[in-house]
Amino acid sequence: MDYVIEMLNIRKEFPGIVANDNINIQLKKGEIHALLGENGAGKSTLMNVLFGLYQPEKGQIRVKGETVKITNPNIANDLGIGMVHQHFMLVEPFTVTQNIILGNEPKTKTGRINIKKAEQEIQELSDRYGLKVDPSAKIKDISVGMQQRVEILKTLYRGAEVLIFDEPTAVLTPQEITELMEIMRSLIKEGKSIILITHKLKEIMEVCDRCTVIRKGKGIGTVDVKNTNVNELASLMVGREVSFETEKKPAQPKDVVLSVKDLKVKDARKVDSVKELNLEVRAGEIVGIAGIDGNGQTELIEAITGLTKSQSGKIMLNNKDITNKTPRKVTESGVGHIPQDRHKYGLVLDYTVGENIVLQTYYQKPYSKNTILNHKEIYQKAEELIEQFDVRTPSAYTPARALSGGNQQKAIIAREVDRSPDLLIAAQPTRGLDVGAIEFIHKKLIEERDKGKAVLLISFELDEILDVSDRIAVMFDGKIVSSVKPEDTNEQELGLLMAGSQTTKAGDSK
Amino acid sequence: MTSNNKLFALIIPVISVFLGLLAGAIIMLLSGYNPIEGYSALWRGAFGDAFTIGETIRRTTPLILTGLAVAFAFRSGLFNIGAEGQVIVGWLAAVWVGLAIEAPMIIHLPLAVLAGALAGGLWGFVPGLLKAKLGVHEVIITIMMNYIALYISNEIIRSVLTDHATKTDQIASSASLASEWLQGLTYYSRIHYGFLIAIFAAVIMWFLIQRTTIGYELKAVGFNQHASKYSGMNVSKNIIISMVIAGGFAGLAGAMEGLGTYGNIHLMSGFTNLGFDGIAVALLGANNAFGVVLAALLFGVLKEGAGEMPTGAGVPTELVDIIIALIIFFVASSYIIRWALLRFKKEGK
Amino acid sequence: MRNRKFILFALLLTIGLVLAACGGGDNNENANNNNNDASGDNGNNEETTDFSAAMVTDIGGVDDKSFNQSAWEGLKAWGEDNGLSQGNGFDYAQSDAPEDYVPNITRLVRDNYDLIFGIGFELKEDIQDAAEKNENTYFGLVDDLVDSPNAVSITFKEHQGSFLVGVAAALKTETNKLGFVGGVDSPLINKFEAGFIAGAKSVNPDITVNVQYAESFGDSSKGKMIAADMYNNDIDVIYHASGGTGNGVFNEARDLKNAEPDRAIWVIGVDRDQHEEGEIGDHNVTLTSMVKRVDVAVQDVTKRAQDGDFPGGEQLEYGLEENGIAVATTNEEAMTDDIISAVEEWKEKILNGDVEVPSTRDELKAFEEAL
Repeated sequence: MDYVIEMLNIRKEFPGIVANDNINIQLKKGEIHALLGENGAGKSTLMNVLFGLYQPEKGQIRVKGETVKITNPNIANDLGIGMVHQHFMLVEPFTVTQNIILGNEPKTKTGRINIKKAEQEIQELSDRYGLKVDPSAKIKDISVGMQQRVEILKTLYRGAEVLIFDEPTAVLTPQEITELMEIMRSLIKEGKSIILITHKLKEIMEVCDRCTVIRKGKGIGTVDVKNTNVNELASLMVGREVSFETEKKPAQPKDVVLSVKDLKVKDARKVDSVKELNLEVRAGEIVGIAGIDGNGQTELIEAITGLTKSQSGKIMLNNKDITNKTPRKVTESGVGHIPQDRHKYGLVLDYTVGENIVLQTYYQKPYSKNTILNHKEIYQKAEELIEQFDVRTPSAYTPARALSGGNQQKAIIAREVDRSPDLLIAAQPTRGLDVGAIEFIHKKLIEERDKGKAVLLISFELDEILDVSDRIAVMFDGKIVSSVKPEDTNEQELGLLMAGSQTTKAGDSK
Repeated sequence: MTSNNKLFALIIPVISVFLGLLAGAIIMLLSGYNPIEGYSALWRGAFGDAFTIGETIRRTTPLILTGLAVAFAFRSGLFNIGAEGQVIVGWLAAVWVGLAIEAPMIIHLPLAVLAGALAGGLWGFVPGLLKAKLGVHEVIITIMMNYIALYISNEIIRSVLTDHATKTDQIASSASLASEWLQGLTYYSRIHYGFLIAIFAAVIMWFLIQRTTIGYELKAVGFNQHASKYSGMNVSKNIIISMVIAGGFAGLAGAMEGLGTYGNIHLMSGFTNLGFDGIAVALLGANNAFGVVLAALLFGVLKEGAGEMPTGAGVPTELVDIIIALIIFFVASSYIIRWALLRFKKEGK
Repeated sequence: MRNRKFILFALLLTIGLVLAACGGGDNNENANNNNNDASGDNGNNEETTDFSAAMVTDIGGVDDKSFNQSAWEGLKAWGEDNGLSQGNGFDYAQSDAPEDYVPNITRLVRDNYDLIFGIGFELKEDIQDAAEKNENTYFGLVDDLVDSPNAVSITFKEHQGSFLVGVAAALKTETNKLGFVGGVDSPLINKFEAGFIAGAKSVNPDITVNVQYAESFGDSSKGKMIAADMYNNDIDVIYHASGGTGNGVFNEARDLKNAEPDRAIWVIGVDRDQHEEGEIGDHNVTLTSMVKRVDVAVQDVTKRAQDGDFPGGEQLEYGLEENGIAVATTNEEAMTDDIISAVEEWKEKILNGDVEVPSTRDELKAFEEAL
């Protein structure tokens, strides 16, 4: 059998941890091979070894049967290995062509950069793989999905035979994801091979041929996608049975907890981004806000939580006005907030887990008295919550930075839920997390609902919205354009509503 | 990992000091001086007898305080270049109170010390306010405030405190930190009780930072302003508090000079450099209260001992300055190395 | 990684050892001062070779091209006359900051120097203190007054010299605009200012003098800035009394002269003959210098102390009469005979009391009103 890439018995250590322990992965020519694992399982480390960024302590890498030593990314490039990074490495004010040829510029006889020739080549490549990229467009003017295609083109332009995609769908809209799948298929048709790093099982089922699973740094095995299903993959990845159907009883909405009336908010650039928005969330229900990123969701949450001033309108919590109150006042009046960007807002990464647990309550008894902190109480609480919410950390004294994304998020949720707020706002609570953590977080949200709390969920993942919400409010251009029940709708319809097209249901914003 | 980091923070300054001394030795050797003689003269100059020990402690005292001033602000993510100006106004205010008021020592001395701290605090408040409310970078403002302090205090000495003289009268003995007993012990060195205040200030800083909600907020703001705002802290207030306390430390350093070392204030023909040395002290002390005390002591020893090197071993003072600069250089570059190492670690995750 | 650290450490250790070995070699050529401890009796000067003298500079340093340097030259001249060498009979201690004065003085006292000079008024209190605490050591203070039986004050009539260079400047200027750059605004420097203005206005009352203080004796960039501003505003002669700050004034003048060799701009130096500072190509921008013979005074006092005639408790004031003040005439091209003879004329008037040169701003005011 022909393998283009073989990584055999790879072992990579970092001080204190073994990131990869005896992992094997063999990539056949012309296949899409998924590399599946939870966050922190060692997928990125393995691929960085292949790309020459790390040197393995043990193991062998073979390219087309020949043993090679890849000591830096240039060697990887020469061997025809290209990487499409999760975070794009593009110069914004440059054009597509300029970005692609950067560091590898074709010269004319007089030594000037031959842009014309490069543009032509890129156009040809783009046409051949159906990428539809305009070589002369500037990066800052094109969409995220398009930027990703530029990254793909960059690897192709440098003659990559094997493309590594690192979590490529994390930043894309549902429509863009579908298009990416098409592109991958056409790459395969042209004889390329692909390694797809992901933890999204649906994508694997849809597009991949085989799948290698790693768990906690160890290789679990490789399966044919044809012969498996989502449940099996999930249990391979997590190491136990995972349920996908979020089990929940029907909601029993009671009194209105949050009521937003005619809210207007400007964003950081002073542009109206929330425009006379109306919204109600009742005790005992989860309201999911569906929408494409950038339609005012962030500003809505910031206005409710006091992080941004609103221009006009009213925000009431339990019939009390909390419009333009400080974040502390809002928190104290009973709002919990799982922020969208956990590194920026949710945690002080250099603080210990314990210190992060009391981020909003440090000034209250028993955590401090007369401004003097009581470390004993703080860490006692932290340990209690670590236990209760299954936060995997060496200790409560470990800096939050050292935790995996899922465990950081669990710590935040533990903190927010433990305060028992009447309204829990969860913004993108599962972004970048693996199935195990997602399952846990969804369960916690529903538990809160069942306790009679109001939950406001903001997510760009339609799956999540459809799965968890009791009511879906579709947000477009700063307004709630539609309100539907999850059982009465589907992804296609939501996708259209989110894109702003009017349907018969539109206009009902209550 | 935390214990590893702590060890790291301890070892790196020690190694850099060692490297600095080593490089200094090589330079001495290359320029034809005997490094062993040079360093033994340095040692004699700092610890040779009671007088030099007294002077070393005296020299260390204000450096501890300016080191704290820089380190404290740094803990909340602010770079206090203004310790220099805060020292000058603290000095001026302390001497002013020492001259203008008649009161028993038990009131007069604390009042004068407090005046120094308050003046320094005020000098920290202005950049803190501008940073918090208008987002003006504190480095620019504090540098400017240094000049304002220098020229204003010179003018006040000339026109208000004296009639166009170069220095003020000596302060009343009821406001003096000087101690005949200590001076007698140390062959009339200028050692004074201020070192107790400096040590106490270090303990205060440690307590504030580690044990109180104020320190908790200040550090949080230093690490991550967004998360601090999210969690309900008043970021502006914390920036101002941090600069005021930092300025207060530096103001105390000025009070030490005014009430202890000199007993007056003289026209300054340039900066005292206490504030600028404080930056290096804070860097070497890893912005930790205890580390600052040790770093200040090292600087005190180097600077005091340096005086003996020209007369004692024929090594020119310029060379001594080079050695001190080299130590700072190695500390600074070790900071870069440590930063790089930590980054490397993080990415390895 | 741990390995690498270890290797580095080992390497450092080795280098350290090698250095230590090298250092051991020339240990015999030991530093000297500690050996003199036997000659413990201070102030006794039966034998000339036994007498030792040293000085503490102010923050200008010994190479300030100004009065520290001048004092050191005087001390060195005395030492060489008596067959002594630096570190062995005479020495200096340099101060980088005001806080260094006391340790430096104390160090010299304890190294058993018989006579210790403090150079500059900044050392006034510290010399006063030291004199009171060390009765058996002689002290001298340059530029200010001390009051102690074992200390002598050496001051200069700088206003007289400044008056004469003011005369020279007034005769040289084409724009009738002069500049004065002072170090720190203080009574001492005000003496220079008052004398200079009085001298210039005595020649031509219409002359204006722009007075600027740099607030520093060591900030040459500030000096350059002030000079640039003055030259820009038609001022063609600048008199500086600002120590190291004045280097900036010279620097600016040389730069301008270099760019426009025909432009007539001048600097008047201070303390020493600053002729060298003005050299640029074939030109020299130093018109003259108000020379303060600190070297003469230091050498004189040291000699007297050595001969058992230390003027303890006295306040020596060196002026034109005592040859403690002079006007440099090194730049022959610029200092024309006319100017020199005018200067001599006014010098006579001062010496015979016809002119009372003002030494403060108040006296200057009275002087101007009387013109």
